[in-house]
Amino acid sequence: MLEIKNLHAEINGKEILRGVDLTVKPGEVHAIMGPNGAGKSTLSSVLTGNPAFTVTEGSVTFYGKDLLALSPEDRSREGIFMSFQYPVEIPGVSMVNFMRTAVNEHRKYRGLEPLSASEFLKMMRQKKELVELDNKLANRSVNEGFSGGEKKRNEIFQMAMLEPRLSILDETDSGLDIDALRIVAHGVNKLKSADNASIVITHYQRLLDYIVPDFVHVLYKGRIVKTGPKELALELEEKGYDWIKKEFGE
Amino acid sequence: MKQDKEKDKKKEDEELIHSVTNRDYEYGFTTDIETDTIPAGLSEEVVRMISAKKGEPQWLLDFRLKAYRHWLTLEMPRWAHLDIPEIDYQAITYYAAPRKNAPKSMDEVDPELLRTFDKLGIPLEERKALSGMAVDAVMDSVSVKTTFRETLAEKGIIFCSISEAMKDHPDLVQKYLGSVVPHTDNYFAALNSAVFSDGSFVYIPKGVRCPMELSTYFRINAMGTGQFERTLIVADDDSYVSYLEGCTAPQRDENQLHAAIVEIVVMNRAEVKYSTVQNWYPGDKEGKGGIYNFVTKRAVCRGDNSKISWTQVETGSAITWKYPSCVLMGDNSVGEFYSVAVTNNYQQADTGTKMIHLGRNTRSRIISKGISAGRSQNSYRGLVKVAPKAENARNFSQCDSLLMGDKCGAHTFPYMDIKNETAIVEHEATTSKISEDQLFYCAQRGIGTEDAVGLIIGGYAKEVINNLPMEFAVEAQKLLAVSLEGSVG
Repeated sequence: MLEIKNLHAEINGKEILRGVDLTVKPGEVHAIMGPNGAGKSTLSSVLTGNPAFTVTEGSVTFYGKDLLALSPEDRSREGIFMSFQYPVEIPGVSMVNFMRTAVNEHRKYRGLEPLSASEFLKMMRQKKELVELDNKLANRSVNEGFSGGEKKRNEIFQMAMLEPRLSILDETDSGLDIDALRIVAHGVNKLKSADNASIVITHYQRLLDYIVPDFVHVLYKGRIVKTGPKELALELEEKGYDWIKKEFGE
Repeated sequence: MKQDKEKDKKKEDEELIHSVTNRDYEYGFTTDIETDTIPAGLSEEVVRMISAKKGEPQWLLDFRLKAYRHWLTLEMPRWAHLDIPEIDYQAITYYAAPRKNAPKSMDEVDPELLRTFDKLGIPLEERKALSGMAVDAVMDSVSVKTTFRETLAEKGIIFCSISEAMKDHPDLVQKYLGSVVPHTDNYFAALNSAVFSDGSFVYIPKGVRCPMELSTYFRINAMGTGQFERTLIVADDDSYVSYLEGCTAPQRDENQLHAAIVEIVVMNRAEVKYSTVQNWYPGDKEGKGGIYNFVTKRAVCRGDNSKISWTQVETGSAITWKYPSCVLMGDNSVGEFYSVAVTNNYQQADTGTKMIHLGRNTRSRIISKGISAGRSQNSYRGLVKVAPKAENARNFSQCDSLLMGDKCGAHTFPYMDIKNETAIVEHEATTSKISEDQLFYCAQRGIGTEDAVGLIIGGYAKEVINNLPMEFAVEAQKLLAVSLEGSVG
């Protein structure tokens, strides 16, 4: 579904990604690990089209389409979802209104009629249970005054609503206590199917106890330097990133 | 006799509705306008001519002349944070307008304006009325009158044009006209008092709750005369009314002056809610053309326990100079001002309110939300005044500014004049921007930039929009998004 070839990207003239190659197939879970500053979040930003980053070389195709040619909103409508590391607050805009706009934009893209208010609310009720998001949260403004855990749960809730083909979880575990982590991971696992895939970006191994990856990639200095099975994550946890730095550093 | 008169009136109204809804525009009002046009320029003679054309009684002519003579002694106010080009008052036509400036058919109307109306969801017939120089509100106003006039009359409610009111209810008009905004109030009030053409008159009798929203869109363009309209609302003891005012204007290259007066009198335990969606033509993207909107609006809570609430959504006009105010005379009276003012491109707005606390235990609340984009300048100017005898007065003001881009300006000028030490006055202000992060977050959920801006603006202005009557709220929300189109990214 997703094919990344020799991807280079920079921000403010500084090159962060220096030739990333990655192939993701439906049903797979890929973990991307690496030390701080390796380019993990840049990769997710570039895949979702954050205008702050510039792609200088390489290609990304999503189901055969040139992903880099699509606007950020069209990438979303094509089925790419990112759970933000730092979800953004939008004061005064209720979650209901926000999600309804988003869902209907996705439907419009696929040539479907917008959902009626009652259909939408029904859908919302069902999906909320997945991440144990309470009603009060859904009626509040987007992320405004949410705790760290609530924000992350809200991200997974949105993921459930938009039913993406590829979800990118960008440091979803950061700032979560163990209970919140469990709830978030449970939600992600529930949404997993043979047709969709996930890229889980994380610094620590602990999230991978709950969301078990098929592949673990180590990103270092803007390149994937090592790929292995889920056990690689444990090895990294045990040894830290120093040996990677030694092996692949200058 | 009376029945015949009613019949004639009804026929006239029907014809008017017909002419605005089904009109073949080239001829619709042409005849009327041609006969009614007077030469440009302002003089005592012109004032007399206007009064004569309207068949006014002597007292009203005297009222106008006094205002005119006073106006001659005044200078145009320059204290606002506005760059107002010199206005040639002798170049303005004060009664009807020459037809030749108006597009003769839909084909001559700027397609951009048409697209705007499409986006606002105004159907073709109405759009024809709007862009074809008769404001859609003409219809609304008339239809309210024809459809509900009897229902309203059953309750003793008077809702008619101020010209009609002069004839049918001269005592009421004479009693209240100029009682809230005297002709000496300011330059534009003096001008309006001298030359005002039409407007609405509302009287709600004692103990009556008006069963429906009263709504007027002024017919300024159809007749070319409404640049100086005048509205008078009187809510007698224990009454309630919600009044809506809407306005749109044709697109013209020259600037047009609109100097209106709105006066509201609120008696004991009465409540008036006045909502405006101001959408005069703002000028083009280079700042050419557009309406100068210099308006004096004021309400007096004359009775105890009375309440006035202003809600305004200001998106139009090249220059706006407007301070809907509340004079809280009665004990325990309440004044509210909710405002969203949007400026884009080269628009300028200096708007706000005055809360004058005179009675005891009077309360006021100001929620002002400015949104500036393009190269526009947007100012909030507000006065909270507490008189020596106004024991326990309370005021809360919140003035927020939202900036889009880095070429626009947002300014806040809060004034306080507190003469009673029991007063509690609070003022909060914030300035914010729509961040790239917010737009990207929306985009990542499939929401494009323009829709995202619409959502964010809607959220920002929610507190004000929620005060509008339902059908207006939807319109206003769309209007906000449309007027800010193209201002991001």
